[in-house]
Amino acid sequence: MEHIRTTKVEQVKLLDRFSTSNKSLTGTLYLTATHLLFIDSHQKETWILHHHIALVEKLALTTSGCPLVIQCKNFRIVHFIVPRERDCHDIYNSLLQLSKQAKYEDLYAFSYNPKQNDSERLRGWQLVDLTEEYKRMGLPNSNWQLSDANRDYKICETYPRELYVPRIASKPIIVGSSKFRSKGRFPVLSYYHQNKEAAICRCSQPLSGFSARCLEDEHLLQAISKANPANRYMYVMDTRPRHRMQSWWATQKDIGRIILNAMANRAAGKGYENEDNYSNIRFQFVGIENIHVMRSSLQKLLEVSGSRGLSVSDFYSGLEGAGWLRHIKAVTDAAIFLAKAIMVENASVLVHCSDGWDRTSQVCSLGSLLLDPYYRTIRGFMVLIEKDWISFGHKYSDRCGHLDGDPKEVSPVFTQFLECVWHLTEQFPQAFEFNEAFLLQIHEHIHSCQFGNFIGNCQKEREELKLKEKTYSLWPFLLHDQKKYFNPLYSSTSQKLAVLEPNTVSFNFKFWRNMYHQFDRTLHPRQSVFNIIMNMNEQNKQLQKDVKDLESQIKQHKNKQTDGVLTKELLNSVRPESPALKTSLCLKEQTLLPVKDALRTVEGSSPADNRYSEYADEFSKAEPAVVSSEYGVARMTC
Amino acid sequence: MEFSELIRTGQAQAELLRGPEMPPLRGTLCVTGHHLLLSPGPQATPDLWLLLLRSVDSIEKRVAGDAGTITLRCKDLRVLQLDIEGVEATLDIARSIEALSSLESVITSFPFFYRPKGLRLGESWHFHPPERYYKRVARETRAWRLSEANEDFSLCPSYPRAVIVPRTVDDDALARSARFRQGGRFPVLSYYHAPSGTVLLRSSQPLTGPQKRRCAEDEELLQAVLAGARPGARGFIVDTRSAQAAKQARMTGGGTEAKSAYPGWKRLHRPLERGRPLQESFVHLVEACGDLEQSMDRWLSRLDGCHWLSHVKAALSTACLAAQGMEWEGACILVHGAEGTDSTLLVTSLAQLILDPLSRTMAGFQELIEREWIQHEAPIFLLFLDCVWQLGRQFPLSLEFGEGMLLALFDHSYASPFGTFLCNSEKERCLCEVRTRTHSLWSGLNQPKEQRKLRNPLYAPNPLAIWPSVEPQSLRLWQGLFLRWTHPPEPSEVAWEKVWQIATDQEKTEGSQPTDSASEPQP
Repeated sequence: MEHIRTTKVEQVKLLDRFSTSNKSLTGTLYLTATHLLFIDSHQKETWILHHHIALVEKLALTTSGCPLVIQCKNFRIVHFIVPRERDCHDIYNSLLQLSKQAKYEDLYAFSYNPKQNDSERLRGWQLVDLTEEYKRMGLPNSNWQLSDANRDYKICETYPRELYVPRIASKPIIVGSSKFRSKGRFPVLSYYHQNKEAAICRCSQPLSGFSARCLEDEHLLQAISKANPANRYMYVMDTRPRHRMQSWWATQKDIGRIILNAMANRAAGKGYENEDNYSNIRFQFVGIENIHVMRSSLQKLLEVSGSRGLSVSDFYSGLEGAGWLRHIKAVTDAAIFLAKAIMVENASVLVHCSDGWDRTSQVCSLGSLLLDPYYRTIRGFMVLIEKDWISFGHKYSDRCGHLDGDPKEVSPVFTQFLECVWHLTEQFPQAFEFNEAFLLQIHEHIHSCQFGNFIGNCQKEREELKLKEKTYSLWPFLLHDQKKYFNPLYSSTSQKLAVLEPNTVSFNFKFWRNMYHQFDRTLHPRQSVFNIIMNMNEQNKQLQKDVKDLESQIKQHKNKQTDGVLTKELLNSVRPESPALKTSLCLKEQTLLPVKDALRTVEGSSPADNRYSEYADEFSKAEPAVVSSEYGVARMTC
Repeated sequence: MEFSELIRTGQAQAELLRGPEMPPLRGTLCVTGHHLLLSPGPQATPDLWLLLLRSVDSIEKRVAGDAGTITLRCKDLRVLQLDIEGVEATLDIARSIEALSSLESVITSFPFFYRPKGLRLGESWHFHPPERYYKRVARETRAWRLSEANEDFSLCPSYPRAVIVPRTVDDDALARSARFRQGGRFPVLSYYHAPSGTVLLRSSQPLTGPQKRRCAEDEELLQAVLAGARPGARGFIVDTRSAQAAKQARMTGGGTEAKSAYPGWKRLHRPLERGRPLQESFVHLVEACGDLEQSMDRWLSRLDGCHWLSHVKAALSTACLAAQGMEWEGACILVHGAEGTDSTLLVTSLAQLILDPLSRTMAGFQELIEREWIQHEAPIFLLFLDCVWQLGRQFPLSLEFGEGMLLALFDHSYASPFGTFLCNSEKERCLCEVRTRTHSLWSGLNQPKEQRKLRNPLYAPNPLAIWPSVEPQSLRLWQGLFLRWTHPPEPSEVAWEKVWQIATDQEKTEGSQPTDSASEPQP
């Protein structure tokens, strides 16, 4: 609280982000311990969580006041004009302090209180249970076992305690391999395909500067390929662009040669017991760029989509220049390669990038999502995130910039994953139990720091922060509201959709407007198909239930020898309001994200919101005595 | 008749390739007066494959050894390949298709021979658009009348016999105004907006010429429009050319309304592309959509380079501007470009869809097309359909018709067994007796069996104006049309099936209440 100098400023203007004519709303700005709040003259509230603020800028003083521009991590951009420079300065300074916390303990999650008792909170944290998840995959089994090697985070600090490894891989092998791999992230299982008996494994790159081979690492890879009885060949997927990895690639080839020598050794009576060895490995490079390229790509994308008076041509050349969709396609293509290797070739795949917590997480999780319909359910998607991202040490706090830290560590890797999933939902509208709002809500909370799930960079750190005692888990809250996140078109039984085979032809990749412009209401469709179908579905269920109820009532009445007149009356009394509901719904404003306590600014659909042209202003110039647009807005939205 | 002279060969053995997703068909190929037929034999499904020759846009032939290949590019953007046995047969078939597909004569075209079962000739031709529409207008205002000054098409060959004009302007004045406008297209009512009592008019450019000629009757006509709306009403002339192009048109006898001659009217220039540049834009987009291998960058750069979506944006925003002027500023709007037959109609018809809930119904939309559109076989009509599709995407519950309707209109506008889109003006249509000798497209489309394909299952009447977003982020490529043959969006079709199912479930459960009133789709 000591950072807040001014708690309330009146007569603040909120500018329309895209307006070329400085259209604005006037209202009052409040600064609370957790949020910035703007209430306009129509009593509409705009809440901005301090943790969502990515950038605050104070621009040069103008005649109408001091401009304050706030860019948020959830892609909201607000432009205020504060009448007095002093107030603006105070708010600016406060926001700078409030939006960048130095310690984890100052994050919102540690003060957020949804009024639950300790046992409720604990149950919330137990909702997603990875032990159960590995059981669901059919583990442990005769080939894979739970290793206790990392039980105390001694081998790898950024891995979880529970790791599945090939049964034949002994602890010395694991330890040896971990010393050979960057940050100790040795090859472990990420997903096991029960039918194919093939596994997706993950690790980090071999340590740079190694001179020779690491026998233990070779043994571990061998063990992974042996653990797949259907195909002894396995793929090693390096998700980095090949040109950067030339030298490393050459080294790997050398290893291959060494192993060939080993085979020769075997013929001579020493060496390996069977044919499995490094030479059974096929290396596959898929070019996904690094976190820095992704960060600047998204930045370019946002610059383009955020410019005023954007022409169609500038938009598409900007999309091309930003390269963002190209990256999305690259990640998706990598996941498809992975899924195909398992489905078509029955081969196990080891995925890695540099440290194995960014691109590797993207490819493993997206690949699993293609293979296993469970991950396309609401609960399964939570499990997937918990497994491949949270537990395997995707550095959420660094990548999302939760604390004041190195800006070069920030990168939209997880956002990219969500966008890949969104593209899949667009291509397979019936394959997912959840809808777009679910993805947007998760994205909202990786930055909000309202829940403990995404705080910290790895499990060890989370345990040290005692997050499970001091904060709440997001998942039970999402599950509680799951009605909002259901995809009404979901078909859980469709065999055709068991394994997804997306088509990554360029046409299929589109700018995700509902993510990058979620708060720019004027850019959205005015009516939502999803909402209406959801409602129809609900109504259908209710009506069918009514019909059943009535039928049973009729039966009862018939038994009592009652005549048909009564039944007709009964029927007539049922829910006469339902058709009206259908019409009234379509006129309501739609929200992308389910509205919770924090109301969002919503603009009605009126021509004034749409900036059709500069000529629109000429209408009013010609004669002063025209209908004011304020009146019009009221008429449209009431 | 002359068909037999154009058909060079009876039949040939051939294999037909219909694109990546469809299995090839083998069978006997033959050419008739209006169709290309392939009969794969009695056991096969389908037992007959049929292509209307009018829908062939271009034909390429290649021979090698004793076989040949014909590639047909169709106007509905399909590309078909026929592998034919025999060089002679290939060349004969190609020549026959070339000759027959380019026949100009209207009265030998297929609609004059098409006699489907279940439809009666003369059905659904009862639309007399201006008369019907006038009844609607007359219920609201007395300021307008139905004039039959164009009874014999002497004022304007491209206008219908009856037009709606200000009550205070007599037929003589109309005749004078017609002489002052290109092609005789004097200002007539296109749409009366009852909520604000304002009107949308259309015309062609005034023939002011380099001498800046004036026409008193034309000026009076526009004056009468304002007076009829309300005292002191203002008017805007939306010129679909740039200010410079409008000025240049004076050199060739055209021009634009001088400010001093039309008090109360103000000119706004919103240049819209038409004609050749639009055609090229369309062709480039179609080419880009045919390439399945291109990289992301190449695709985005081609999407940018073809400018099609820029045209969509320009058309929609101009229509919104006109609609905004009427609904919000209480102004009357006159739209014209040069001829007043292409971009003008695009703007007036889109403005009506935005403002008028009736035009968003199945029947109202058909009437709108009958009333507004003269030529359908041009990319400008496709641009119109694309803009309507964008509206439908942004207001998915507000249009009674769905994407299927727009696709059907696209297909039928280029080649159709029905007569609705034949000829380029009302005059020609009368001369050819289209209404008595061909079937109306609407009678075909309004059959109950077609409804599921054409209707929007989610339709719920919306009494408000629908204001679309025209930002580039809000406009999408119409994949259902441009990628229809190369990249069929199969899963989303299945999804639509599900939507239909949910929607009809709803009707059923609601309908199965008191009385068993099955909700038949209204024709």
